[in-house]
This record gives sequence, structure tokens and C-alpha cells, in this order.
Amino acid sequence: MTRLDPAVRRALARIGFYTFIAAITAFFALPMLWLVSAPFDATPGLTPSWPDFSLKNFRALRDNPYALRSLWNSVLIAGGSAVLAVVCGALAAYSLSRVRIPGRDGLLYVLLLLSSIVTGTAAMVPIFLLMFQLNLIDSRAGVVLVLTGGLLPAAIFILKDFMDATPRSYEESARVFGASPLQILRHIVVPIVRPGLATIAVWAVVNVWGNFLIPFILLLNPDKQPAAVVMRTFYTEGGQPNLALISTFSLAYSVPVVVMYLFVNRRYGFRFHGGIKS
Amino acid sequence: MRRSNATTLAAALAAVALTTTACLGAKDDNADPNRGSGAKDVTLTISANAIAGGKNAVEADWVTKYVIPTFTAKLKQDGINATIKFQPSGVDDEQYKAKLALDLKAGGGADIVSLDGIWVGEFAEAGYLKPLDDVVGGDAVSKWDGWAQIPPTVQQNMSFTDKRYGVPSGTDGRVLFFNKTLLTRAGLPADWQPTSWADVISAGQKLKAAGVPAPIQINAGTAMGEATTMQGALPLLVGTGKEIYDPDSKKWQGATSNVKELLTLYQQIYGAGLGDKTLQQEAKGRDKSFADFAAGKIGILLESDYFWRSVIEPKAGIAPMKNRDEVVGYAKIPAIRPGAGVRGQDFVSMSGGGGRSINPNTKFPQQAWQLLAFMNSAEATKALLAGSARLTQRTDVNSEVLTADPMLDFIAKQVLPLTAYRPGLAVYPQVSAALQQATADVVAGKSPDAAAATYQSTVQKAVGGNGNVATS
Amino acid sequence: MATATSPPPDLAVAPEPEPPATRRAAPTDVAGLGRGRAVAFVAPALALIAAFLVFPAVWTLYLGLTNYRLTGKAAKAPELVGVDNYTNALSDGRFHNALGLTLLFVFGSAIIGQTILGFTLAWTLRTARGWVRGLVEALVLLAWILPSSVVAFLWIAFLDRDSGTLNAILGTSGKAWLVNHPMASLIVFNTWHGTAFSLLLFGAALRTVPPSQLEAARLVGASTFALLRDVVFPHVRGHLLTNTLLISLWTFNDFTPYLITAGGPERHSETLPVYIYNTAIFDGQLGYGAAISLLMLLINLVIAMFYLRLLRERR
Repeated sequence: MTRLDPAVRRALARIGFYTFIAAITAFFALPMLWLVSAPFDATPGLTPSWPDFSLKNFRALRDNPYALRSLWNSVLIAGGSAVLAVVCGALAAYSLSRVRIPGRDGLLYVLLLLSSIVTGTAAMVPIFLLMFQLNLIDSRAGVVLVLTGGLLPAAIFILKDFMDATPRSYEESARVFGASPLQILRHIVVPIVRPGLATIAVWAVVNVWGNFLIPFILLLNPDKQPAAVVMRTFYTEGGQPNLALISTFSLAYSVPVVVMYLFVNRRYGFRFHGGIKS
Repeated sequence: MRRSNATTLAAALAAVALTTTACLGAKDDNADPNRGSGAKDVTLTISANAIAGGKNAVEADWVTKYVIPTFTAKLKQDGINATIKFQPSGVDDEQYKAKLALDLKAGGGADIVSLDGIWVGEFAEAGYLKPLDDVVGGDAVSKWDGWAQIPPTVQQNMSFTDKRYGVPSGTDGRVLFFNKTLLTRAGLPADWQPTSWADVISAGQKLKAAGVPAPIQINAGTAMGEATTMQGALPLLVGTGKEIYDPDSKKWQGATSNVKELLTLYQQIYGAGLGDKTLQQEAKGRDKSFADFAAGKIGILLESDYFWRSVIEPKAGIAPMKNRDEVVGYAKIPAIRPGAGVRGQDFVSMSGGGGRSINPNTKFPQQAWQLLAFMNSAEATKALLAGSARLTQRTDVNSEVLTADPMLDFIAKQVLPLTAYRPGLAVYPQVSAALQQATADVVAGKSPDAAAATYQSTVQKAVGGNGNVATS
Repeated sequence: MATATSPPPDLAVAPEPEPPATRRAAPTDVAGLGRGRAVAFVAPALALIAAFLVFPAVWTLYLGLTNYRLTGKAAKAPELVGVDNYTNALSDGRFHNALGLTLLFVFGSAIIGQTILGFTLAWTLRTARGWVRGLVEALVLLAWILPSSVVAFLWIAFLDRDSGTLNAILGTSGKAWLVNHPMASLIVFNTWHGTAFSLLLFGAALRTVPPSQLEAARLVGASTFALLRDVVFPHVRGHLLTNTLLISLWTFNDFTPYLITAGGPERHSETLPVYIYNTAIFDGQLGYGAAISLLMLLINLVIAMFYLRLLRERR
């Protein structure tokens, strides 16, 4: 078999490369087109088309009594869960990484598996009754606690991975100089694993941002309900989706998460795996 | 070391499980109906699956803008300070039902709760609701003058074992809608009224010959959920002479000749190209059927009056038809043949509807009843209509309001006397799902006998016991 | 460069004499936590987990032994039915259907789809120009970040029979993708939705492959395939396994298919989470739904153990 001229081969490779990239870009971008065209369309349909440009959908959104407030609720609940998950998760991951507690691996896997039950529908009644006994019904803080409980096993799992992969030399030196474990954690370890913490924070926010079931059953007052729940109400009596409101709200609902990700990525970098120095 | 850790853990978990057993059952208090009756400061909450700017917005606005201010003012005249709140919600019915059940189970929830008529039985059995007479005590409920305005059949919708659990808040009826233009093109009269299923089939065949893409649309399949059962299987079933549940023999319909007959009709429609098979499987199939009818692609459609007043309504409908009043006709649903319908009727229909009930855990039963009676008074009911026409639960309001709309008047006068309701038992949703599956099977090509057999075994498992299922 | 995970040589070779305090620090406990304080650090997380995860989870498992319903007689007085729920589930065709579909979903979208697409993208983007790389990564991440209900709606619109974008592009108007090819549509959707994780992971893992080895292999004239197999793969294998475990479990428990097809048509796309939702909320059978949740958990366990065995073999 004759070998192709290297220049030709390189050209073919480059064409292949760009075709592949173009296909991938189309694959990922196409479904999202609707999100940027429909909100600005006075009469939105299901196909993204060149919009009949109008801002009236945004006005309708502003006039809806629950829409904007629900976005703020989402921010509160997601932010609260992320903070709680990162703080408790980092503490736990650090100690699990550095200290050999018996049965720790097994325990972690068991918790990871149990978290899949608690985030499903079957746990609905126990969670509701538990929160009722604790008097945490209709409380956003209660929602934060339940969601954080579900997030923690995976958060600890990933953070422990980060902690395992960071070098211990700095911590040893700090200890030699008499620093307490908490100080070591705060001043030495945290700066190193910051990308991991940022990643877990983003991951927690993304997970909580879209969660419907728990806020739905635990919150009674629609003033407190997050966007995921309120979005479901933009249907008419017959189940017909109100495309104008849904598209506009979806856009408003998506922007904060994207902004947050960009911010975190720029400041801390975003990786699911730690200890890798690029 | 590890083993004893495991056993202590297991013991702890077992203890937790045992202590939670007690928490599962509902609380059963015998509370005094006259508690809080002399209070000067009253707080009441109303809940409904309605939300301003979303689902059932009209009802939500009515509660916040009419009911609450008017009733608060009324109580003020008697020297009582009332704080009345509204708890809106705007989600799927099933999710609302689950949430309501959770609230009532835990002993919380609003004082006046809205619920669908068919939930009454299962909520009563679970102890979440009590008969109105028990909650309010005395004869305040039975002496209310509103009952005389609500037909007994409609009252049944919010009753269970012949006791009233709530006040109905409206009802509906099902008919065959048809496109007069398409029918006349196919050689059928513009005032078409079939008298048997054979009439419907032959009309479908004529429509097909005239080029109509989907001559007949009767909901089928599981994608449309309860809409299949209510606008499909059940009207047909009562047309064969039996309801889905017989309260006297306490038996559900199994693979009886009635069920097989209704499945055969589905086969005659979808097996002969008289209907759009794919539509029955789509997630938004029902919405699509609305749009198709409005666009003139469907000739005959079995639907409830909701279709007339909210879907093809010329001004504010979801799929508005500007010439609705000229082009859309309606006919009663025929029995399989004259006289074969339930109660020996020539024509049949099914109705649903919801109502409001009083939470047994309320702190102010007397005042809650006053509020409930007020919400169902003639003035309040008219205020809810806000000038539009729809079937209310009160005949006095109906006769005033519906004269403007011949179709709804038709339903109130001619269809409601013929109608039947679904049984409000806990296991009904599973039977309904089995029925939907049976229609899906037939549309997909299975024989009615085979589909009925599968349906029967599913129902037997669901109701627990073959003795509760009629097999012929 | 890869980082060391074992203690520095001097400590390992010459262990310090026991400190007078009774606390004995393990060789990895470089911060001197000691067991007591380690437990204290874990305590807040453990408290949250115990209260809001373990307790409801165990309660749910207990419900699986009853015929508990949310409404009806069984709500007031649930009876212990023991293993009846489990035997019913295991002999129920619908359960096996759901299980099969879930395994297909995990295999197709996670193990094959996301992993292969993620790796391929990571590999090809290594040599891409900055802006190309940025654009592709941004799009892939955006697909992951957008909330589930939004993404579900986007894909429902994309695949719509009459006015969907896909049909408009392919010219196949009237083709009902979600009705005729529900699982295929869901697998493609989930690949689209979740590739970000694999992309980031493999991107990071590929950066650990020493460039010198890659250069050497290329100089010897190794084909791309051999390059991948002999040079790259050994470095990424560990990460590959651990993270495939995570995305498998996440996909297994993913509820998003419900938002797109609701299990339809006729249960052709009813994965286990959707099946549990339908059983618990629509049918109201909470006891049965809880039993299936436990079965799901056991299957997750089997999957996890399978991965762990692979991981351990490597070591």
C-alpha cells in the first residue's frame, strides 16, 4: 500500500478534525438555539426561528407574581446547600483522607448508595414526616438541610479524592511550626484544593437548582418556592405549555447558573479531579 | 471489632424502624366540633390547585379578590376579626394530590381544601377526611339551603358511602363534537345525532372517503392518562350498560363482554384507519388532538365541555376557532345500541369535577363551614364565573347563566341527567391505568380478547382478589 | 507532574519515637489530627447525613416491607407484608422491563456515549487552537449546567414531530422520534447532557501523560491507536474506572427521562426511577415503590462492587 504524501495526510487530518469539531459544535448548540430565540419572539413556537422581535415576554415575566421571587429563592436554597456541603464536606473529607478510621471506605460507599434512595420519590413520605416532626415544613432552611444531606456523600467522595492527591509536605512543615490542625486546614490545605471546593460548590448548585420534588413537598407558600417548582406552573388548565413564559423564564433560570460557573472557573478553575497540576 | 460494630449498627437501625412504625398510621382524634366557635380572632386558610398567572388563574383571583375580602367584611359585621389566607399551587393533579395527602396525614394543611371528586373515597378511607356532619356537628350542614340547588348526582361526586364529605364546585359532561363542514362534505347531516356505535363507525367511514385525515378521535393509550379513561374508555363502557365498579356486588369489571365490546370499537376505529394511531402515543397527544380538530383534520372528537369553553373558544381559547359557533356541532354519546346503556339509557355520558372540603384538623370548624357555604352561595358562584359561562354546581345559577351559551345549556339540561361518575376508591387509578393499557394494546394491534385478558389479570392483582372482579 | 501520595521518605524510613501524649498519629496524619479530632471534623457532615439521609432512607426501606399507600385503607393501617413486595416486583414484567431499559440507558449513554465522546473530545482538543477549544468546552459545559426541566423542554422542542429542528434539518417532517425511538433519543440526549464530566476528567488525566513519552512514541512512528493503547491508557486507567463508576450510578438514578418521555410510549422508555415515580405517585403504592428502591440500591451495589473489583485488580 502506498503511503500518502505526508502533506496530503496532514491536510486530510486537518479536514477531518475541523469536520468533527463542526459536527460536535452543531450537536451541542442546536438544541439550545430555542433558548436564545424564543424569549425574544412575540409569538414563540416550538421551532427556533428568526424572532418576531419583542420584549413583551420579559414584561409578562416581571408581572407574574411568583417568577422573579422564585429565582431569588433558588439562589438562597442553592447557595445555602453549596456552602453547607462544601464546609461540612471539606472537613469530613480532610479527616477521612488523613486519618485511618475503621470501616471508612465501606461507610462511604454505603452512604453513596443510600443517597440514591433519598433523592428518589419513595423517600417522600419519610422526609415529609421527619420535617413535620422537626417543625421544618414551609422553611427554606429545612429544604437546604435535606438537600445537603443528599449531596454530602458524593461531595465527600470527590473531595477526599482531591485531598488524597495533595502533597502532605506542606502540612508536615506547618505542624513542625506548631500550627493546629484547623489552622493547617484553613491556611495550607484549602488554598491547594480550592479548585476542588469550587467544583463541588458548582456541582451542588447545579444539582439543587434543578431539584423539584423536595422543595415542592416541603414548601407550602409559593413565595418561598424556588424556580424549579414555579416553572411547572406555567401551564394552562389543559396542560398546554405557555411557551412565552416558559422560554423567557428558562432563560432567566439558566443565566445565574452559567454566570456562577464562569465566575468560579475564572477564579479557581473547575475540575472534578484533584492533584493534577497543569 | 468490626463485627460488633455491625451488630450495634443493625440493632440501632432496627430500633429506628420499629419506632417509626407508630408514626405511619394517621392520627385519630375525636375533636369537639364546637371548638373555637366563640372566638373573636379567626384565622382560616383556603388551598386550591390554582395560582395567579398560571393554572386555574381565574379561581385564584376569585379567592384573593372576591372571597377573602367579602367574607372578611361579613365577619367584621359580626365583630369577628378574620385573617383569611390563600395557599396557591399550580402543579399536576397527581402531585397536588400527593402533597395534599401528606399535609392531611401529618395533621396540617389548609382549613378549606380543594380536591377532585374521585379522591374523596381514598382520603376518607385513609382517615384524612371526615363527613361534614361529623366535622361541623349538629345540623348546620344538613340545613344548608344550597343542597336543594345541587342535583343529587352531583352531590354524589363529593360523597362516600352516602355521607357528604364536601361541597361540589362544578361538574362537566362529555359529548361528541364534530366539524359540521367536514360532515356535510361527507354527506352527513349538520345536526348529526348518532343513535348507535354503528352510526359512528359508518360516519367515520364516510369521512374517510371524503378525505378527512383522522375521521374519529377517541382518546386511547397511556400517554393521555386519565383523559383516555374519561374521554374514551368509560363513556364507551357505560354505553354497553355497565359502570366500571358495581357498588352493590362490590365488583370491578374484568374481561367482561362489556369491556370486550368497548375494546372492539377501538379496534374498528384504529384498525381500519379511521383514527390517528400515532397521536395516541405522543406525550402531548391530547393537546395535539385539540390543535388538529381546530385545524379541521379531525372529524369527530369525544371530549368534555372544557373543550368547548376553554380550548376552541374563539377569543381566549388554547386552540381558538373563530367560527366555532357555526362550524362545531355536538351530539350526545350513543349507547352501543338503543336502550343498551347504563340504566337502560339510549345515550350516556361521564362527568367529573371537584369540590371543597373542611380539614378535620381545623381549629375553627364552625367558621370554616360558614366560609365554605359562602363560597358555594349563588352570589359567590356567579362572581367566580365573571361573566363567562360554565357549568356550576347550582341549578339556579346555571339556569341564569347558561341561557347565553346553548352548548352548555344542552349539557346542563340533556347530558347531566344521563351521566355517571367514577368510583372514588383508592384503587381506581390502577384500574384506570389498566384500562388505558388495554386500549393501547388494541390500538397497537392486539385483539380485544387478548387485551381484555391482560387487563383482567392486572385488575385482579390491583384490587387484591379475584372475587372482586366480574369476569362476564 | 503526578503528585506523591505516600509519605516522604524520611518519615517512612525512620519513624519518630512515640510522643508522650496518648494520641498516636497514623503516618498519613500529617496535621496531627488524631482520631478524636478527626471524628470531630467528620461530625457535622455525619450529623446531617444521619438525620436527613440515613434516617429517611432506613424508614423508606422499612416501608418496603409494608403495603403502605398514601391514601386509602392501607394509609391508615399499613400491614407488614414482608417479602411480598419483593417477590411481586421480581416477578413483574414491568420491573424487568424497567431494569432492562435502565441498564441499556446506562450502557448506551454513560459507558459508551459520555465516556467515548468525552475522551475523543479531550484528545482532539489537546492540539486545537485556544478559541476552538474554548468554544467547544463552553458549549459542552453549558449543556450540563442548564437545569433539567429546561433541557428536557429544549429536547422535546428539538425532536418535535411537526415543528422540531431535527426534522427540519433532516427533512423528515412527521417523524416522531420520541414515540418511535424513545430509548435512542434518550441515550443521545443524555450523552449530550452529561459529557461535560468526562470531558473535564479526561482533559485533566491527559495532562498527566508525560509529553516526553508521547514524543518518543511518535518519533518511533507509532500509530495513533498504539499511542493511545500503550502510552496514554496506562496513565488514565485509574481515573477512568473511578469516574465511570460515578457517572454510571448517576445515570442509573437519573430522573430526567421522565421529563422528556414520562416513560412512554407504553412504557418503552420507563427506566427504574420513572417506574418508581409512577408506582409511588400515580398508583399511590408507596410500600411497593420503596421496595423497588431497595432493589435498585442493591443493583447499584452490584455495579459498584464490579468496578471496585476492577480497581483493586489493577493495584
